[in-house]
Amino acid sequence: MSRETKAAALFLLPSFIGFVVFYAYPTLRGIYLSFTDFNLLRNSGEWVGTRNYQAMFADALFWNALWVTFKYVVINIGIQTVLALGIAVLMHRLTSSVVIRGILVLPWLIPNVVLALLWMWMLDPSLGIVNHYLNTVGISSQAFLGSESQVIPTLAGINIWRHMGYTALLLFAGLMTIPKNYYEAAALDGASEWHMFRTVTLPLLRPVLALVLVISVVGSFQIFDSVQVATAGFGGTPGGPGNASRVMYLYIFQQAFEFYDLGYAAALSVALIVLLVFVAAIQLRLLRAGESDLA
Amino acid sequence: MSDTIAPSQTPATERAAAKSARARPKRDLNWGRIGAWAVMGLLLIITLFPFYWMLRTALSTNAELVKGSQTITPPGATLLNLKQALGLASAQEIAAAGTETSADINFFVALRNSVIVCTLITIGQVIFCSMAAYAFARLKFPGRDKIFFLYLTAMMIPPVFTLIPNFVLVKNLGLLNTFPGIVAPYFLMTPFAVFFLRQFFLGISREVEEAAILDGAGRWRIFRQLIIPMSAAPLTTLAVLTYITAWNEYMWPLVVGDSDGVRVLTVALNAFRQGTPTIAPPWAPLMSATLLAALPIILLFLVLGRRMVDAIGFSGIK
Repeated sequence: MSRETKAAALFLLPSFIGFVVFYAYPTLRGIYLSFTDFNLLRNSGEWVGTRNYQAMFADALFWNALWVTFKYVVINIGIQTVLALGIAVLMHRLTSSVVIRGILVLPWLIPNVVLALLWMWMLDPSLGIVNHYLNTVGISSQAFLGSESQVIPTLAGINIWRHMGYTALLLFAGLMTIPKNYYEAAALDGASEWHMFRTVTLPLLRPVLALVLVISVVGSFQIFDSVQVATAGFGGTPGGPGNASRVMYLYIFQQAFEFYDLGYAAALSVALIVLLVFVAAIQLRLLRAGESDLA
Repeated sequence: MSDTIAPSQTPATERAAAKSARARPKRDLNWGRIGAWAVMGLLLIITLFPFYWMLRTALSTNAELVKGSQTITPPGATLLNLKQALGLASAQEIAAAGTETSADINFFVALRNSVIVCTLITIGQVIFCSMAAYAFARLKFPGRDKIFFLYLTAMMIPPVFTLIPNFVLVKNLGLLNTFPGIVAPYFLMTPFAVFFLRQFFLGISREVEEAAILDGAGRWRIFRQLIIPMSAAPLTTLAVLTYITAWNEYMWPLVVGDSDGVRVLTVALNAFRQGTPTIAPPWAPLMSATLLAALPIILLFLVLGRRMVDAIGFSGIK
């Protein structure tokens, strides 16, 4: 072994132990657990083949969790991306003030649990400020988190509020890489703002936009904290009303730590990871993320 | 993938870009521009108002809130809720205000726990990930790119996937409800930290290093006396991002550390919520507790905001 290899081994050792013990091994073990009936109370399990997967496909709550998560992701990403793109273009046009960027990114730095409690209060059906303002403009009070039809859009709204500034900052960094002369040329041709946005900004931003989209979609599928806190009310169980907000992460969590069925929960998380890989691959393909129009 | 993630913009290039933006010929004030600023102003209000409302509620008398007061200033302004959240209010005071909860938040204990957990995670991650990042950026050894690729793959694994096996592991090691158990998965490495620092180390000129090697300096000495001091800025940025991420972490500490002695703030807040009565909930103390839990992050951000805002370019994606 060369001196350099020996040095490298020492430099890598701690992180490699961390990688093996807390990433690689648990990943393999998670796949293995999904083929067992591992129960948390017994702290043991037997090999059961594909039984968990068969149960999963027959489990109405699994399909419900998928559907609820899907609805959430579509609302969240759809609105968030449009807003963030708008904010990024606004910043690009108006200012690169650190204070403004700092304010816009602030919610992203605050714990989800804190924000979930804050929005629970602001959206309270009887005492919340949001309903108070709705009432003053003549709209009746809404149940928001307490309504089966509104709970997912509400959670998406909270998350959009938290993430739009951060996503805008990522897109803004992408906008800064577009050469100024493209805009100058377009302006000389008398192009309108909208025309420049469509013919210059959007095509040149595409690789960055694709990357941001893939990352935010994958992140959005993983919503947990705010559902776990904000849909439980006081002393209730999260996921409601009914099953209206029982997203994938929450369903996995509950199977594992409320019903102690780790084997089944592991099978659910394998399904989630397969789904995420699939979604990311489709997006990268559709958005041709690897190619740049700048080259 | 790696070719689409550009190294983060340094503050210097960022500032230069900002300067050139200002240097652009000023257009005449027109209605479009005024409208754009109005939209920006609205966005800032939408972003900041909930934080103001948290503060306003924290300083209100709870009885007024329950009656439905929506005044913009705190009705019956008081510090009692903050005292209650901090565990400094007497039982009589709390009873008089009608804000009893079945679970006390033990704020100082939770704050201490959060500080312990986040500090340990940050120290471990910054040291061990910078070592790994240096090896990946500078040393030649067989299998280097393969191992790095494996590390990157780990970045794609959703946390819930490793949550269950890691829980079983920590449980079998007898580390449930201990600090080592809460800290363990984040202490030695996160793929993001290795990736983030490698990007910076790749950018450091090799010449200085080669001169030191000619002088007979070992790799460890080069790392400690050359690389680390030259990378103070990215190391600080990573430390702050790591600290905040650890501060916000919820699912893992909820699973392995939901008992009084080790509960971190996010988990303690949730326990406080669970112990809250459903009729006339004590919103004012609850908002005081959330405010106090967010305050350290807000303060950190006020001090180091510029560095962090600059860092959220492409290396900020996680």
